[in-house]
Amino acid sequence: MSSTSTAFAPTHRGLRGSARGRRADPLFRAMLVLAASSVLLILAAMIVRTSIEASPVFASEGIFGFVTGQEWSVGTSRSEVTGTYGAFPFIYGTLKISFIAILLAVPTSIGIALFTNEVAPAWLRKPLIYTIDTLAMVPSVVYALVGLYFFRVVFWGPMGELVAGSPLGEATTFFGPPVLLASYWSAANILTIMILPIITAICRDVFAQVPADERNAAFAMGATRWEVMSRVIVPQSFSGIVGGTMLGLGRALGETLAVAVLIGSSQRWAPQLFFGGDSMTAVIANTFADAHPEAVWALLAIGVTLFFITMSVNIAARLIVARVNRRVGGSVVA
Amino acid sequence: MRMFTRSVAAIAALSLLAAACGGDDTAGDPLAQSEPAGDETDDTDDDVEGEEEGAEDEPGELGDDAVGVDEESADLLGAGATFITPLMLEWIRDNEPGINVNYQSIGSGGGIAQFLEETVDFGSSERYLTDEEVADAEEIRGCEAIHIPDAFGAVVPAYNDPDLDAALEAAGQDAIVLDADTIAGIYLTEITSWDDPAIAELNPDVELPSTALIPVHRSDGSGTTYIFTTYLDDENEQWAEEIGNGSEVDWPAGTIGGNGNEGVAAETQQQPGAVGYLSIAYAIENDIPMAAVLNADGNAIHPSVESVAEGPQTILDDIPEDFRYDILGVGGEGFPIVGTHWILAWECGYEDATADALKDFLRWAVTDGDDLAEDLLYSPVGGDFEGRVLDEIERINSAE
Repeated sequence: MSSTSTAFAPTHRGLRGSARGRRADPLFRAMLVLAASSVLLILAAMIVRTSIEASPVFASEGIFGFVTGQEWSVGTSRSEVTGTYGAFPFIYGTLKISFIAILLAVPTSIGIALFTNEVAPAWLRKPLIYTIDTLAMVPSVVYALVGLYFFRVVFWGPMGELVAGSPLGEATTFFGPPVLLASYWSAANILTIMILPIITAICRDVFAQVPADERNAAFAMGATRWEVMSRVIVPQSFSGIVGGTMLGLGRALGETLAVAVLIGSSQRWAPQLFFGGDSMTAVIANTFADAHPEAVWALLAIGVTLFFITMSVNIAARLIVARVNRRVGGSVVA
Repeated sequence: MRMFTRSVAAIAALSLLAAACGGDDTAGDPLAQSEPAGDETDDTDDDVEGEEEGAEDEPGELGDDAVGVDEESADLLGAGATFITPLMLEWIRDNEPGINVNYQSIGSGGGIAQFLEETVDFGSSERYLTDEEVADAEEIRGCEAIHIPDAFGAVVPAYNDPDLDAALEAAGQDAIVLDADTIAGIYLTEITSWDDPAIAELNPDVELPSTALIPVHRSDGSGTTYIFTTYLDDENEQWAEEIGNGSEVDWPAGTIGGNGNEGVAAETQQQPGAVGYLSIAYAIENDIPMAAVLNADGNAIHPSVESVAEGPQTILDDIPEDFRYDILGVGGEGFPIVGTHWILAWECGYEDATADALKDFLRWAVTDGDDLAEDLLYSPVGGDFEGRVLDEIERINSAE
């Protein structure tokens, strides 16, 4: 860097400082501040607005009652809360399918990322990466339809039958019959497909960031490919993987259409995996259009609850990363 | 790298928030969701779309176009039930007074909301206004909201079970016979298979299979659900106690939902053992097997355009002055699970041109629009009832 302003590197001829440029500087700064603060303002406006609209429902049910209540029975009033609004079935469903999706997607993504970065022959890498990225661009309505008419009939349903009929299905309620096509299982599977590209992309990036020296050192000491991947690359990338997982979880928690179509939308919860349930986003999307005013407040209350759930998931993820880094030390990413 | 994960986390957080709140923020404002009905208008006539803005701003304004709009006619803006949309589009395209209508198919709830907010000229709904809504309406515009029945539609129990179809064929029976109690039993998850004694009693000749039944209901608020649950609420005591009626009810555990007629039809067609309820037009068009239902006179009636039209005829005398009614206790040859579609209009406060257009359009729809309705498997308003409905149409804008 030179003695002049660091913002204008003199090595480029076209970027030499001028009087106009110096006047533009504060203006540009103001624009950036405006852009950054607009996000906060929009966010604040949304939170305040939804919370105010939802407050009659929270007041009537109590926050604890709203979150734990199992009965969702809407009223028809335009001015007061007459129904019973318990959002537990939806919260349960959202968390259940999201975590199952994460459970399925994260190991798969790590596998894909390791394969493309470390194992795949060079000619295969680019096409594979393009394919995965394309998966991320498919609109969710397409996933919804393909899931509804194809995947669940051909794959997920039969897979469910297989598991439910096995000793595992007989021994546990969770994996037990009956097997429905519209189920937590189908919804979790479509979410898995949808979040796979995001997590894979981030894993690929963080794996590529592992210093070549460390990998070469491990190889030089006689480590096998598997040992390098499992002992060097993946541990080094832990916080990056958590970050990618959170991004995937975010999409899973917020995904609406594909879930609404596949989860069964029963407004009830069921302990089984292969039975129909409901999720927070699905009930909003399904019932909003025809809802009476008081039911709209209750749906907004679900929205506020979802907001707090996503926020706490995020904070929890940051804490995990911070704690692990302190223990492990020397992590590449933080 | 630190910066990278940090920005990833920041992006993650913000997109989550957006996901959590985005959908809901618009929920507070019904207008935000009401799309400009682009799809529907495209189907009918491009000119309709072109007229839309004029319709909103200056109801009297009229453009010369290919549809052949009368000089004195004006555009109308309506919103509401999806149930009536296919028929409404035909009416809009073919109506002889040449009224140009823009209809937004956003659901009965949205239709009522927009009607009460006075953002549309008429609302459209599969349920009548509640007492509270009627009182509010009086306050909003200083005159009554008028209910105008313009078509009837049936809701039919449909199912998916090849074994049952085979058994029916072997017994030489057209359709499985159910009554209100067995339908309620299935949806209360107390009747869990076809070979339940209660169903066997209604179908003595059929070797009923033991397929496990999975009841499918609408997951969205719907006039179809209102018609279906109102019927069960009236006929079955246990249903009345535990579930009640409404466009959205608290369904028992063990049932699943589908969004829209399409959603229920998809579940019913794919899930073996599924039992769903569908708007009759939808079931017939998709060739989904339907059950015959016992009516109040104990006749097992197969759903058809004719049997649906019979239903309302049997209760005409009981229909109140304000046209807020349910069709219950249907006997004779009438199919018993029937509902009404209403147009909602005001008794006052329209511009003259708008009021005339609305009256002309509705008068035409109720009288000459019958054939179009029957083509699309709706049952038209007819007989003595038609006269009463025409009188009601005259009330539009009659109060000062």
